[in-house]
Amino acid sequence: MVKQVSVFLENRAGRLYDVCSLLGKNNINIRALSLADTSDFGILRLIVDDPDKAIKILKDEKFTVSATEVVAIEIDDKPGGLAGILSILNENEINVEYMYAFLAKIPEKAILIFRFENPEEVLKKLKKYNVKTISSADLYKM
Amino acid sequence: MSKFPYPIWNFHMETMDKEVRKSLQSYRLKELVWYVYDNVPFYRKKFNEMGISPRDIRGIEDIDKLPFTTKNDLRDNYPFGLFAVPMEQIVRIHASSGTTGKPTVVGYTQEDIDIWSEVMARSLVSSGATKNSIIQNAYGYGLFTGGLGIHYGAERIGATVIPISGGNTARQILIMQDFGSDVLTCTPSYSLYLAEELEKKGVKRSDINLKYGVFGAEPWSEGMRCEIEKRLNIKAINIYGLSEIIGPGVANECLEQAGLHIYDDHFYPEIIDPATGNHVKEGEKGELVLTTLTKKGIPLIRYRTRDLTRFLPGECKCGRTHPRIDRIMGRTDDMLIIRGVNVFPSQIEEVLVQIEEVAPHYQIIVDRVHNLDVLTVMVEVSEKVFSDEIKKLEMIEKKIQQEIENVLGISVAVKLVEPRTIERSEGKAKRVIDNRKI
Repeated sequence: MVKQVSVFLENRAGRLYDVCSLLGKNNINIRALSLADTSDFGILRLIVDDPDKAIKILKDEKFTVSATEVVAIEIDDKPGGLAGILSILNENEINVEYMYAFLAKIPEKAILIFRFENPEEVLKKLKKYNVKTISSADLYKM
Repeated sequence: MSKFPYPIWNFHMETMDKEVRKSLQSYRLKELVWYVYDNVPFYRKKFNEMGISPRDIRGIEDIDKLPFTTKNDLRDNYPFGLFAVPMEQIVRIHASSGTTGKPTVVGYTQEDIDIWSEVMARSLVSSGATKNSIIQNAYGYGLFTGGLGIHYGAERIGATVIPISGGNTARQILIMQDFGSDVLTCTPSYSLYLAEELEKKGVKRSDINLKYGVFGAEPWSEGMRCEIEKRLNIKAINIYGLSEIIGPGVANECLEQAGLHIYDDHFYPEIIDPATGNHVKEGEKGELVLTTLTKKGIPLIRYRTRDLTRFLPGECKCGRTHPRIDRIMGRTDDMLIIRGVNVFPSQIEEVLVQIEEVAPHYQIIVDRVHNLDVLTVMVEVSEKVFSDEIKKLEMIEKKIQQEIENVLGISVAVKLVEPRTIERSEGKAKRVIDNRKI
C-alpha cells in the first residue's frame, strides 16, 4: 500500500501554488497528482517522495491534510491496459472510490493509483491474479 | 389646499389634538399598569422589586419610572408566561424566531385582533388603498405576522384581498395581470425581484394595474425606494411593525412619504440611548421602545425593539397628528432580517456546535442576488471532518445545511472553507458580513 497525501483546498486563486511552492522549498518531489474539485472546494491528492515530511510541513502551515492509503498498480502501456485491470475489479465487485494514472519511467508501463474503501481486502483478492502492485518504497523512488 | 389632502381611515383618532391624545394615553397607561400588575406575575414581581406601585403612575409622563421589557424576558417566560389572560381568551398565536432557537410567542385576544385590524386599516388607507382596491398580499401567511396582519386590515377597509402569500413568482405575475391588483404588499426586496421578473417576461406596464406598494418586514433605504418606484411605476410606502407589539401596523408612512406615523393611541413610543436607558434629546437617534397601551393578550411595557430610529420634528402635511419616526436605521443587536425572517447568528452557532464534525468557526455572509437575500454560512473544515472523498465532504455540507434550514426556516448555502481563513479580528471572529446595499 502507498501513502497518499490529501489536501483540502478552497477554490481560491493561488492555493494550488501555495501547496506546490511549499513542497518545492522543502525539497519534496511530486511523483503524481490528481485534483478533484466541486464548485466550492477541491481536494489535491499527491504521491510524493517523502509523504510523512510533506504532511508535517503542510500541517505546520495549517493546511487541512490527511494521509490516505491507496493501491498502486503497474500495467502495460497499451490499448486495453486499464480495461484489463478494471474487468478484474468488476468480477470481484470491488468499488473504486477514485483513481488516477501516470506514465512511469519504466518503459512501456503505466502506474494506476486506486483508492478503495477497504484496500487490505482488495489486495487479498488481487493476489490470485497476475496483477503487479508497487510498494511504496519503489514508488517514492520512481 | 384642504387641510387633509389624502383619505384618512380613522379621522377622529389620527388627527386628534395632541393634548387630548396625551390625556387618552395617560388614562390608558394607568389602566395598563394595573392590568399587568393584576394579571402578569412577571410584571408584579418586577414592580415589587423596583419598589413601584401602579399608584405611582399618574400619567404618561411617569412612563420612565416603569421597567423595560426585553426579548430575553419573552424567552425566559416561553411560551405563554407573559400572557395576561387564560388560554380560553386567546384566539390566535403568532411567533417569530428568537435568539436561541426558541421562538418568541405572542397571543391575541379577539380585542387584540380588532386593534390590529384597526391599525392595519389606518396603514393601508394611509398607503393609498381604498375599499375599491385589489390588494395582492404577498407577505407570508403563517406564524409570521405579515400575511394575516395585512389581510385583516384589507378586509377591515372593505378592499378585495388576494391571499397569495409569498413566493411562486410566476403565479404572482399571472394574478397581477389577470386580476388587476392595484396594491402590492410584500418585502421591498421581493418587490424588486418581481419587477425584474416582470421585465424578463416582457410584461408591459400597461398590462398591470399596480399603483401602490406597502413594503416592510426588512430594512430598506431611500435609494431602494427610488428604484422600486421607477421600475414598478408605483408609490412605495414603508410599513413598520414587530410581532411582539402586534405585527405590521405599528407605524406607517402616509402618501407624503416623510417618516412613519406611529399609532401612539395604541403603541406609545419612546426613543432611548440603548447604553443608558435614558431618553435621547429631541430628534436624536436611539432605540425605539414601545408600550402596548391597549393590548390584552400579551401587554408589554417599554419593550426594547432594538431598532434604531429618531423622532421627526414638525407637523406632517397629511394632517395626521401621530408622531413620526424615521425609517429604521439599524439594530442594537446582531439580528439579521433575511427575506423578512429574523435570524440571529447564535441560532446558527447552536446548530454547528451540535454537529461533531465541524469546528464552530463560521462566518455568515449575506448578499442580495437579483434582489433576493442569500445567506451563506462558511464553515471551517477541521482535521476531524476532512475526508479526501468529495462525496463525504458534500454530505457534511448537506447535513449542516439541512439542520440550519430546520432551525431558521429559510434556505441557506453552506460552504466548507480552509481552517484559519475566516477572518479573526482581535482574536475574536467576525461572525457576520452583510454585503447588502440597503
